[in-house]
Amino acid sequence: MIGDFGPAEIVAGIALVALNAYALLGGADFGGGVWDLLASGPRRRAQRALVAEAIGPIWEANHVWLILVIVLLFTCFPVAFARLSVMLHIPLSLMLIGIVLRGSAFTFRSHYGPSHGEEHGEASAVSERWGRVFAIASAGTPVLLGLCVGALAAGALGTPGRAGFRETFVVPWLTPFGIGVGLLTLTLFAFLAAVYLTLEAREPALREDFRRRALGAAAAVFVAASGTLGLALLGAPLMGRGLSTAPWAPALHLATGTSAVTAIWALWRRRYRVARVAAAAQVSLILWGWALAQYPYLIPPDLTIRAAAAPRITLVLVLWALALGALVLFPSLIYLFRVFKRQAGSA
Amino acid sequence: MTDLLAARSQMAVSLGFHIIFAMVGIAMPVLMVVAERRWQRSGDRIYLELAHRWAKGTAILFAVGAVSGTVLSFELGLLWPTFMEHAGAIIGMPFSLEGFAFFTEAVFLGVYLYGWDRISPRAHLAAGWAVVVSGVLSGVFVVVANAWMNAPTGFRWVDGRAVDIDPIAAMMNPAAFPQVLHMTLAAYAATGLVVAGIHAWPLLRQPRNAFHRRALSVALLIGAPAAVLQPISGDLSARFVAHWQPAKLAAMEGQFRTERGAPLRVGGWPDEAAGKTRYAIEIPYGLSLLAFMDPNAEVKGLEAFPREHWPPVAIVHAAFQVMVGLGTFMALVSAVALWLMWRRRDLPQHRCLLRALVVAAPMGFICTEAGWIVTEVGRQPWIVYRVMKTADAVTPMPGLIVPFLVFTALYCALGVVVAWLLYQQVLRSPQMSEEDAG
Repeated sequence: MIGDFGPAEIVAGIALVALNAYALLGGADFGGGVWDLLASGPRRRAQRALVAEAIGPIWEANHVWLILVIVLLFTCFPVAFARLSVMLHIPLSLMLIGIVLRGSAFTFRSHYGPSHGEEHGEASAVSERWGRVFAIASAGTPVLLGLCVGALAAGALGTPGRAGFRETFVVPWLTPFGIGVGLLTLTLFAFLAAVYLTLEAREPALREDFRRRALGAAAAVFVAASGTLGLALLGAPLMGRGLSTAPWAPALHLATGTSAVTAIWALWRRRYRVARVAAAAQVSLILWGWALAQYPYLIPPDLTIRAAAAPRITLVLVLWALALGALVLFPSLIYLFRVFKRQAGSA
Repeated sequence: MTDLLAARSQMAVSLGFHIIFAMVGIAMPVLMVVAERRWQRSGDRIYLELAHRWAKGTAILFAVGAVSGTVLSFELGLLWPTFMEHAGAIIGMPFSLEGFAFFTEAVFLGVYLYGWDRISPRAHLAAGWAVVVSGVLSGVFVVVANAWMNAPTGFRWVDGRAVDIDPIAAMMNPAAFPQVLHMTLAAYAATGLVVAGIHAWPLLRQPRNAFHRRALSVALLIGAPAAVLQPISGDLSARFVAHWQPAKLAAMEGQFRTERGAPLRVGGWPDEAAGKTRYAIEIPYGLSLLAFMDPNAEVKGLEAFPREHWPPVAIVHAAFQVMVGLGTFMALVSAVALWLMWRRRDLPQHRCLLRALVVAAPMGFICTEAGWIVTEVGRQPWIVYRVMKTADAVTPMPGLIVPFLVFTALYCALGVVVAWLLYQQVLRSPQMSEEDAG
């Protein structure tokens, strides 16, 4: 199965890496919004300020990973892109509204800061309202992203037949399994954000706040993940079979479980850098588990990566473009994170 | 409203909204970098204040541009899945490159906006330049993809599918250069002149306000040369259209009959039913001369094309007249301003020029919207010129009026908020005299 590996599979693998980067970076930015929404206790303001400070310089760059995934999809797998955008029109449109509101509201809030306006009270009231929009959109968008992934993983996006509106445009994604994946995505992003924020916080009390939140989120991830796995066995046979009977399944579960336990242990012992690595590994392994379970299908149950692929010349040129782009991109990204995350990392 | 019309309207609203943010995202960084450079060289703190304010404006507009651009990349599939199914492999290449340019822009804008106290002045300015360069490249790649829809090259269309695909040849399509040039100049002209107009307004009342004087000088430095060059690039574009898309040219000019020595029509209203353009001022031989550099050249009229291949003539003609008319005004005002600057005159003393700049302020954006109407509506009924019809590309999803209305409402609301924020945070006049420069 692995032996037959061509440019189509390589591009698909790179798209998955980009999706992984989006989950680890962009996902954590959405998770930050969740903690803005759930900010509580005496340090409520400080928690929100930390979230804003952490994602401010980087969220736009992190967001581009999603655009890269989409561009790779429509350039290299145009048939798949067309089918996904027809059948997932509704959740994708809703997700876009979430993306627009999240990004705009975050920027609006940052620039209504009380330091700018003379009318102190009024400015911060407006700023707070945008903060709500930012937080609610941050919490809703990952659920919609997860719903789309869930529909894909469930194999519900076969060739659209002549069925009615509901059967074609609603039923495939609005399923218990899809909702499970949506909630799992939300909890994973919130978990990542809380873990990262333990390293961003400079004040010990604030760090404790996010340590507790990370542990709570880890519990929520556990519940959502086991629930989703159960629903997969019932409602997503392909995924369920892959995740339970494939030869690599035990190793994957072992690795995912180990990173989850390591993350919790590290949070417990306040080894935050270890926790960050373990949490990122856990999220990545879940993502790769999904991809492995549906390989070689891009859109199960019928469209393989190979069948959906663009002509070879397009794939090869895109691989060249990716190589050249990476030469510019990676040094830039490293620079960005060095400038803004160095103090945080060495805390 | 049919689903096709709803889909077209949603695309038009999304593009029309995004393009303003994209243009400012391309040109505004130049203003902010020039201001920062002047501050670094002279120590004049008013330029630093300007750089800060323009950076803040760029931040707001870039963020909205980034998210509305994301919407567009999805909408290509959400609204036109059949188009993307066939075109993706041919024209995805510039989008991939644009992805990286946009990535670079986002990275260095983050560094620029949040890095004032974290990196050296030299590195900070360099980050600004990186934003400038990657911003232009982002725009270039996206426009190249659009140009391909007007001049599809790099494949053969056999039995309803593309074969022998050559993505490089598709990028090198003949519309690419004229469109890229026209759009890039438009970004600088529109942004430069809107900023110039905004600062010319308060200078009418307080001509010695040091803040607005400096802002005006930087804005004109960027906007005026672009506005002066734009008619030349427009001429290049029109000649491309004359050669490659004669039906679009005929609609732009309200030319119904095929004739030699065709006149140039200024204004007027094309009557599709009667097959003539009424109330236009006609300049004899003008169109033949401009389009083909020969007063007796034959210009194809709409009658040369089957009726179902006509674009909506009145809309295209009217939009073209608006673009050319306002663009000409912008070029003239800019030429006067540049001449006065070259003669080292004190611009704020010329109240007439200030008033003209205020009037010209919104024109660049109106021109751009009109220009895109000419390009996009003028290409109808085709989504890929002479290859695929727009009606054949639309999604089978019913009820498209709902997303159209939702996204329109969302964008209207965002537009109001952005305008208000820019007024609050960027444009509101600070009281600054020459003493503040020290």
